[in-house]
Amino acid sequence: MEELSKRVLAGDIRAASRLIRNLEDQIPDTYVAIKELFTATGNSHIVGITGAPGAGKSTLIDELIAAYRKKEKTVGVLAVDPTSPFTGGAILGDRIRMLRHAEDSGVFVRSLATRGSMGGLSKAVGEAIHVVEASGKEKVIVETCGVGQQEVDIINHAHTVVVVLVPGMGDDVQAIKAGLMEIADIFVINKADRDGANKLYQELLNIASLSRNGDTASSEQWTIPVMKVESIAEPLKFAESVNLLCDKIEEHYQYLVKSKLLSNRLRRKTTAELNEALWGSILQPILQELNDGGEMESMVEKLVNKEIDPYTLAEQVAQRYVKK
Amino acid sequence: MRKIRVLLAKPGLDGHDRGAKVLARCFRDAGFEVIYTGCHQTSEQIAAIAIQEDVDLVGLSCLSGAHKYLFPEVARLLQERDAEDIIVIGGGIIPEQDMPALYEAGLKAIFTPGTKLDAIVEWINTNVKPEA
Repeated sequence: MEELSKRVLAGDIRAASRLIRNLEDQIPDTYVAIKELFTATGNSHIVGITGAPGAGKSTLIDELIAAYRKKEKTVGVLAVDPTSPFTGGAILGDRIRMLRHAEDSGVFVRSLATRGSMGGLSKAVGEAIHVVEASGKEKVIVETCGVGQQEVDIINHAHTVVVVLVPGMGDDVQAIKAGLMEIADIFVINKADRDGANKLYQELLNIASLSRNGDTASSEQWTIPVMKVESIAEPLKFAESVNLLCDKIEEHYQYLVKSKLLSNRLRRKTTAELNEALWGSILQPILQELNDGGEMESMVEKLVNKEIDPYTLAEQVAQRYVKK
Repeated sequence: MRKIRVLLAKPGLDGHDRGAKVLARCFRDAGFEVIYTGCHQTSEQIAAIAIQEDVDLVGLSCLSGAHKYLFPEVARLLQERDAEDIIVIGGGIIPEQDMPALYEAGLKAIFTPGTKLDAIVEWINTNVKPEA
């Protein structure tokens, strides 16, 4: 395991991918390697790209990679697609849009399945970001799976969140709802050649003008830009608008650094990570023991028969395991 | 527990992806994680993607007749990059007389039209054992 982390630090792609896989598969002792990498992380700019299925996230990322490569930045991409709730299998099809970068050693693309996670990402994604950072990628793009209104876990991982929308998805009340619409640092209207793009543009400008984006402490406010991205059917225009998006993402990062809001984001990110780690080291072993000993099953049986309520059961378990 | 990861790819100039898509769906239902990369890839792209995705298995589909060059090339590139532990299998319109050369090049199985989906899944479950 120690060797694996050394190889990751040396930029070995297979080692990075294997380490991510060990984290996904929850192979025992994988955390040893992550511990060793932890100090090598924190230097990359993490960009989250989120939006509905088919909004064009992967295609956008493909062009974004090209834009970053023109600026001689190295790029890591973690692309998440859903796991079947029935079979545990998955079809990971994001990188089908990013094929042209497959042989570029400055680009590393890794597909992840959600594996039961409900927030638009996979459970291992936080650690996977660390692995990609430690392997030396300057920009880490995290693509969520296609999301609805409230899969907003990306805010716990990304410095800059780009919400990708397409015209024709509802009226202006949809636009002011909580959840996805309030996490954007940048809005992208993709497929902006379609009917309804101008209406959506106006609605987004309205909510952007009212938005405080969670970081109210700063005197210098970030005005959420609304960027239109032209149809990919016109490749030059498309590339041009994604170049502008790339500049805007960079501008946001500089804003975070200058306004010292980056540390707020990092605090949010590390709090989430610590929560995860606590969950893993405290609750996970208890659940494991309850499951292995068959106690979980007998508790469920009691609940189904209405012999007891879940709160009393949880209290009983807590009394046994948790010492103050 | 290890989840089996499979890369399904179509090398070369062949746009017939119905079979590959049916397989992707079938592997999903068998509980595998399938990285599907679609049509028109070079052998170099496929080898690079297999390594980036840390897959156990690469399934190549070819219906254009170029399998004799493309399949061995993917296997060779994986060997060259110290990834010969990644198993390569192939499928498509593969004449009987071409098979010995493909096995010789390192492919572990060839499935031709008419093969039952269950047979392919069973082959994978028997022969692909990711190390812990």
